[in-house]
Amino acid sequence: MAFGRRPVFQDLSCRFPRSRVSVILGGSGSGKSTMLRLIGGLVGPTGGRILVDGDDVAAMSERELFQVRRKLGMMFQGGALLDSLSVYDNLALPLREQGELSEAEIADEVHDRIRAVGLDDVDALLPGQLSGGMVKRVALARAIIRRPVILLVDEPFSGLDPISTRRIETLLVDVNRRSGITMLIVSHDVPSTMRMADWITLLLPHRAVEGEPHALATSGESDVREFLGATQGAA
Amino acid sequence: MSVAWVQDLGAIALGFVSDLGRFGGFTAHLARVTFAPPLRLRAFVDEVYKLGVLSIIIITVCGLAVGMVLGLQGYNTLARFGATNSLGAVVGLSLIRELGPVLTALLATGRAGSATAAEIGTMVATEQLDGLRMMSVDPVHYVVMPRTYAMIVVMPLLSAMFIVMGLFGGYLVGAGLMGVDGGAYLSSIESSIDFYDDVLGSLLKALVFGVLVGLIATYRGYTSAPTSAGVSASTTSTVVVGSVTILLVDYVITALWGV
Repeated sequence: MAFGRRPVFQDLSCRFPRSRVSVILGGSGSGKSTMLRLIGGLVGPTGGRILVDGDDVAAMSERELFQVRRKLGMMFQGGALLDSLSVYDNLALPLREQGELSEAEIADEVHDRIRAVGLDDVDALLPGQLSGGMVKRVALARAIIRRPVILLVDEPFSGLDPISTRRIETLLVDVNRRSGITMLIVSHDVPSTMRMADWITLLLPHRAVEGEPHALATSGESDVREFLGATQGAA
Repeated sequence: MSVAWVQDLGAIALGFVSDLGRFGGFTAHLARVTFAPPLRLRAFVDEVYKLGVLSIIIITVCGLAVGMVLGLQGYNTLARFGATNSLGAVVGLSLIRELGPVLTALLATGRAGSATAAEIGTMVATEQLDGLRMMSVDPVHYVVMPRTYAMIVVMPLLSAMFIVMGLFGGYLVGAGLMGVDGGAYLSSIESSIDFYDDVLGSLLKALVFGVLVGLIATYRGYTSAPTSAGVSASTTSTVVVGSVTILLVDYVITALWGV
């Protein structure tokens, strides 16, 4: 995978376990968010395959990707909420576009998700009227409203205070435990990662290292231990 | 001998052709999704309001001003030949055949076109369009289509309003200030303007300009770089490219069809 002449990945191969919380860790510019965008089909690789629940998204046209994305939900770093729509309409949009539910059923789903992310009485608010933490929670609610099989989460803790970070962390784990969604979270927050991840993919220069959190923390590879230990110490 | 300038020229030419190809693909995509459900009538009406209704003031004021200038200049010129009673025809033909559709399109490009490009560019920069893609919603269908078709619909209407205000402005100056007979002003308009050649041709020209401005503004916004500088560049590009395209296409239409 490259942007112009700048390579991001080369010969990268990794897998994410089904129904678990996987965290993609790495330094700045290591390609964490790019990896999520590749999985979601928002960017295409220069070579190779990307299998999402059995479908190779790297070989698909945009129209074919629309079908695959029904199995995916994505929570963007900045929320990516439509700023001209209220919170209610932002959450209702994917259900309305799907065209399978009545407005009454959509209202039930929307309010259920709003409650699930710990919010109340926000229907009429515009994204610009929300705090950073509220934007993240609304974005999460929208990402899970179609009951996706796989949830892609890009830097959910960026710009948040420690209390809001813990709140979002608890919410993500809760969503995974209750619904069994396969979760891929991009983060550079090692303490949160060590608390919530079932699986870690660590992007290092020229290679990727995967494993369970405890196994990586006690890895025989010094750069792995250094990344997890040094970043954790700094945090 | 340095050939760097040749390379630069080649790169510019290739970039232009490449951009033209992407623009063609964008237009084809829009055409393909136009009648795909849902029709987005509510969004279309909202855009007609934003692009059309909110442009009424600038169009009427500018139309009035242009008509008044035409009345003044026209009177001064016609007075040399003792033909001031033809002032209505001069003002009417100038406005209907050229100034109405062209100036309306230029004003719409500057106001509504740049706003559209900025709005869509900001959506690119804040990943809203990517958010739509991840919800299996085609951004061209959801964002581009209502805005483009709204521009196509409002342009002839705004052009007609510009022309009417211009004729009124010419009347104010000609009959109100310069002493031209009001009835002569109006009857010279009636006798010199042909509905099919002049009025319909003017509306058709405005429709073509609406298509161009709608496509250019939405394309520039849609392909803007996801940065504040990118949004700024796309807005500027919309005005520059849109304005130049309108003037060039105006010449082609006028030369080929005499509209």
